[in-house]
Amino acid sequence: MKSTNFIDNLPRVYGIYTGGFIGFIIIMAIAEQMGMTAKAIGIAFVAFTVFIYALIGWLSRTAQADAYYVAGRQVPTVFNGMATAADWMSGASFVAMAGGIYFKGYGYMALLVGWTGGYVLVASLLAPYLRKFGCYTVPDFIGTRYGGNLARFSAVVVLTVASFTYVTAQINATGTIASVALDIPFQYAVYIGLISILLCSMLGGMRGVTWTQVAQYIVLIIAYLLPVFWISNKMGAGFFPHFMLADEVARIGELESQFGFVKNSAADLATVPKGLAGITKAHSAVNATPWAFISLALAMMMGTASLPHVMMRYFTTPSVKAARKSVGWSLFFIFLLYSSAPMLATLSKLSLIDPTLSTGIIGKSVAEVQAIDWYQNWNSANLMFISDFNGNGTVELNEFFMGGKAVVLATPEIAGLPYVISGLVAAGGMAAAMSTADGLILAIANAISHDVYYKIIDPKAETAKRLVVARVLLVVIGFAGATIAAMEIQGILGSVIWAFDFAMSGLFFPLVLGVWWKRANRQGAVAGMLGGLAAGTWYLVWVRTGGSGFLGITQLTFGIFGSAVSLVAMVVVSLMTQEPDKATQKMVDEVRVPSGKTILGKQ
Amino acid sequence: MSNQEKHWEKSRGLLMITLAIWFVFSIGIFLFGAEMNEVTGPFGYPWTYWFTCQGSLGAFVILIFWFANRQEKIDEEFGFSEREDE
Repeated sequence: MKSTNFIDNLPRVYGIYTGGFIGFIIIMAIAEQMGMTAKAIGIAFVAFTVFIYALIGWLSRTAQADAYYVAGRQVPTVFNGMATAADWMSGASFVAMAGGIYFKGYGYMALLVGWTGGYVLVASLLAPYLRKFGCYTVPDFIGTRYGGNLARFSAVVVLTVASFTYVTAQINATGTIASVALDIPFQYAVYIGLISILLCSMLGGMRGVTWTQVAQYIVLIIAYLLPVFWISNKMGAGFFPHFMLADEVARIGELESQFGFVKNSAADLATVPKGLAGITKAHSAVNATPWAFISLALAMMMGTASLPHVMMRYFTTPSVKAARKSVGWSLFFIFLLYSSAPMLATLSKLSLIDPTLSTGIIGKSVAEVQAIDWYQNWNSANLMFISDFNGNGTVELNEFFMGGKAVVLATPEIAGLPYVISGLVAAGGMAAAMSTADGLILAIANAISHDVYYKIIDPKAETAKRLVVARVLLVVIGFAGATIAAMEIQGILGSVIWAFDFAMSGLFFPLVLGVWWKRANRQGAVAGMLGGLAAGTWYLVWVRTGGSGFLGITQLTFGIFGSAVSLVAMVVVSLMTQEPDKATQKMVDEVRVPSGKTILGKQ
Repeated sequence: MSNQEKHWEKSRGLLMITLAIWFVFSIGIFLFGAEMNEVTGPFGYPWTYWFTCQGSLGAFVILIFWFANRQEKIDEEFGFSEREDE
């Protein structure tokens, strides 16, 4: 990809790509009518899209440090927005979010607010200033602003803990989708997922990841929106669901009060397969206390502003001005998917529970539901389950259980859409998980290769050698993540939320105060990073091992405690020790204005 | 006060306004979630529900673009905006 020419042609290149992808969907739809099997369609979708990403990854290969670490700093705002959106929206956002809303309603929707509101903090507090700094990685900023290898190393530690927690979940998600679409055991599918991920990033580093992420965004947004619009139209709920589902939302409320939320006995629940849940909370009513909602949203917002794989996307823009605008575009592209998730949850729930709809199963006889094709498919995939607890022969609201993933994966089939849509959804989920995994693995490998190897161990290393180290680390970290993912220790969503809490515990205040408080010094920053991370981790372990917690801070919001400790430690230690030298203070002044050279120049 | 100090003071003012608006849409509304949800809002959804689905999310998008434009104006005013060739 030759630089300037390629950049100028971006709209055309991705326009042709989008057209080609839509063409591929149509060809698959025709093939389905002509008798292509569901399995073959699934394989075709995943194989075709992964092949395209690998091709882009190969075309973006580079031997320059600037291109490898920050894509040559020439990614236009809108395209960087798309890449960030793909980087951001993980397998969890794509596959699990609508399911979470479906089961938990309002209390869960704090995540929607938190995962978008955080971008306001990114745009106003951090991104433009870190772009002006001209760093390659987030620890690069910490190391230069505060000075000293200890500060740099502490930042690498926090980054690695947070990102690694996150990445195993993403590799797990690629493995799950690859194993379903290609029909192979999960233990092998994980490594197929990993190889696909590495194909995008190994040769081209950030440049390769940028251009594949744009391609992945296009696939995932089509794969998410097309079914939502289609289902809404097919149900007659309105041609533009976002503005037209008020009646459906109200109808769900009516049905909920009609059925009531019957509590199942522990003995009955023990017979339900692991990981499945029933509808126990109101759909649109406020079902959480203000603090439960706000604390979760706040933790996710501060975590967003501290996660290095997101921040480093804004290092790739051509200017400070572009970095600010690019945050806006990122959030716009994220908004397109996030605002659709509640609509999908609404449509999915109504089509299942409304007895007046042909797809509704509540009130039907148990035998009748057990004979439905899609029920049998998803029941054998361990994502759906009904049981006649009260023995009256009909399915009640409290007798129907579903896996969180099923809302996205199964709703197209329940609503009677052709299988080609399910293949498309698999490709979209794969794109979402791969793009996030790529960003995370690259963030960790770059921090270790640039900050630990180049800046601390061997500052005289030549570019070629640095890039070899970076690539070796990429593969090692990828395999480590895949190996842990293959053990299937934790669920997808829980570990994603923890990553945010770890990141905010250790990095939020050291980053923000690095720009906004000149008096912040090295000792304070180190105390803030290590103290915050240690406090957060302690709280998590304490609550997990039966601790009662305090102030309503749960294992999902432990970052609030961690970051509070981080703030106090950082301010107290900074004030007790010497203020930063004149050169550092001048550097902070320089960071605060967009004009002039970047602080670090060309590395 | 030097030119740069004035620039930073104005930038900090903009930050405060931005964070105040951010606070309203991310926290303020949800302090009164239960009360506000009783009222019918845009497109017929209950108010609080609508904010969690679309309202707050959309407000953040608009807020970031507004902030970026205002900050650009401040940078220009004090002669700190980037030259195109940089």
